[in-house]
Amino acid sequence: MISFNRVSKRYPGGFEALRDVTLAIQPGEMVFVTGHSGAGKSTLLKLMAALERPTAGTVLVNGQNVGALRPSAIPFLRRNFGLIFQDHKLLFDRSVFDNVALPLHINGYSRGEAARRVRAALDKVGLLGREKARPIMLSGGEQQRLAIARAIVHRPAILLADEPTGNLDAAYASDLGELFTSFNQVGVTVIIATHDESFATGLKPRVISLRQGELAPSGGTPV
Amino acid sequence: MKAWLWHHLDSLRFTLVRLARAPFSALLNIGVIGIALALPAGFYVVLANLQNSARALASEPQLSLFLALDATHADSAQIEARLKQHPGVRGFRYVPRDQALAELKEGTGLADVVDSLAQNPLPDAYIVDPRDSAPQALEALQAEFGRWPKIAHVQLDAAWARRLQAGLKLGRLAVAILTALFAFALIAVTFNTIRLQILTRRDEIEVARLIGATGAFIRRPFLYFGALQGLAGGAAAWAMLWFAIHLLNDGLSELSQLYGTRLELSQLSPGESAVLLIFSTGLGLLGSWLSVSQHLGRSEIQSAN
Repeated sequence: MISFNRVSKRYPGGFEALRDVTLAIQPGEMVFVTGHSGAGKSTLLKLMAALERPTAGTVLVNGQNVGALRPSAIPFLRRNFGLIFQDHKLLFDRSVFDNVALPLHINGYSRGEAARRVRAALDKVGLLGREKARPIMLSGGEQQRLAIARAIVHRPAILLADEPTGNLDAAYASDLGELFTSFNQVGVTVIIATHDESFATGLKPRVISLRQGELAPSGGTPV
Repeated sequence: MKAWLWHHLDSLRFTLVRLARAPFSALLNIGVIGIALALPAGFYVVLANLQNSARALASEPQLSLFLALDATHADSAQIEARLKQHPGVRGFRYVPRDQALAELKEGTGLADVVDSLAQNPLPDAYIVDPRDSAPQALEALQAEFGRWPKIAHVQLDAAWARRLQAGLKLGRLAVAILTALFAFALIAVTFNTIRLQILTRRDEIEVARLIGATGAFIRRPFLYFGALQGLAGGAAAWAMLWFAIHLLNDGLSELSQLYGTRLELSQLSPGESAVLLIFSTGLGLLGSWLSVSQHLGRSEIQSAN
C-alpha cells in the first residue's frame, strides 16, 4: 500500500531529515514509527500524504509515485488518508460538528449523508453530545478526539497520526490505543508516529524505529 | 451532480453568512463600489438622454433639394426618377411649393406675413434621406445633386450635425475613460477585501488543503464573495442613479414649465440595468480572482508543521 524506496529528504538549509529509507507497509497493518524527536518521524508521515516531496528516492502510495504527482492530483491522493496532527489543527471559529464535516464537504457529500457520518464519527470518539460546542470549550483530550473524528469521518483507507498521545496522561493514552486498534480491526491501515514507547507496548504493533533519519536496525523490519 | 450543486449553494450560503456577520464593512465596500459605478453610469445616462433629444431634433441629416422656380412637371418627374435609382438615397419626400407655404404659415406663426405676399416665393422641394450619414458622403451627395439640371440649391445642415457628433463622441470617450478608471477602483477594492479575508481564514485554508481540498474548492467561496459584492455594488449604483434621476427630474420639470417645453431624464432601461449589474458582478469576480491567484496560488504542498 505504501512503499519507500531509498528515500531521502533534505530540507532547504541542508538539514537531512531522512536518509536512504526503504520500507513497505501492507494494507491493514498497524505500524508505530518511533524515535527521538528530530529522528524523522514526522517527515516520514508527511512524505506519505504528499505534504512534502522526497529529495531522492520514490514514495509509492497505492501504486502512485507521490513525488511525481501533478499538483492538481495531490488533493485526491490526500483523500486516502485521515490525518491527525500533533497540534490538531482544529478550526476554532466553527462548531465541533462543522469541524468534523469539513472533510465531507471537501469530498462532496450531500448534506444529509454528511450529517449522518459526522454523528457516527463523533459517537465513535465519544463526543456526540458536544456537536454544537466550540473546540475552545473542549479539554485537551476532547480536542484530540475531535481531531480523530475529523480524520476518520470520510472513512479513509489509511490513518496517519503524528504524536497522538502528545501531552495526554497515561490512562488516556491507553484509551486512545484502543480506539486506534478498533479502526485497525475494521481494515484501516494505521500508522502512528510517537516518541512514547510505552504507548506501543500493549498493542503489539509492528514498530519502525528511526534514528537520526535512518532506519534503526533494532526495530526496523527488513523489506 | 446533486452534491456538486449542493456544495455550490453551500458556498453561496456561507458567503452570505459572512457578509451578514460583518455588515458594516460589507456595507462600506458595497457603498464604495456603488459610488464608483454610479459616476460613470450617471454620466452615461446624461449622454444617452442628450443623444435621444438630439435625435428628436435632427434625427438624421437630410438634404433639401430646391428646384428652380421655372422647373416643370416633367423636370420634377425626371428628378424623382433619378432619386429612385440613386444608390445613396434611402428615401425621399416631395414637398410641393403650395404645401411648403401652408406649412410655413401654420408652423411659424408668420401667417400675416405669408398672407401679405403677392405670390408664393417658395420652390418645389425634395427632402432626401441619405443612406450614409457620414459627413463626407453627405457632401459628395450635395455636390452631385447640385449638378443635376433644374436644381437651384442643395442644402445640407452638415456643420450642425458634425458639431453634435463630435461633442457626443467626446462625451462617449469621457464615459469610457471614467468607466475604465472606476472599474480599476472596483477591482482594487475587491482585491483588497479578498486579501484580508484570505489572511483571516489562513488556518481554515491550510487545514482544508491538508485534508485534500482541491484548489477550486478553496478558491470558490472567495470568488463567490467577490462576485456577490460586485453585484450588490452594482445594485447600489443602480439605486443611487435611480434616486438621483428622480430628484433631477423634479427640478427639471419646474425648469421646463418656465420654458414651456418638456425636459426629462429617462431612467436606465431594463437592458442597461442588466448590463450594469453584469458588469459589476464580472469586475467583482475578476478582482477576487486576481486576489485569489495572487494569495493562494503558491505551491500546493505546504509543510504541516
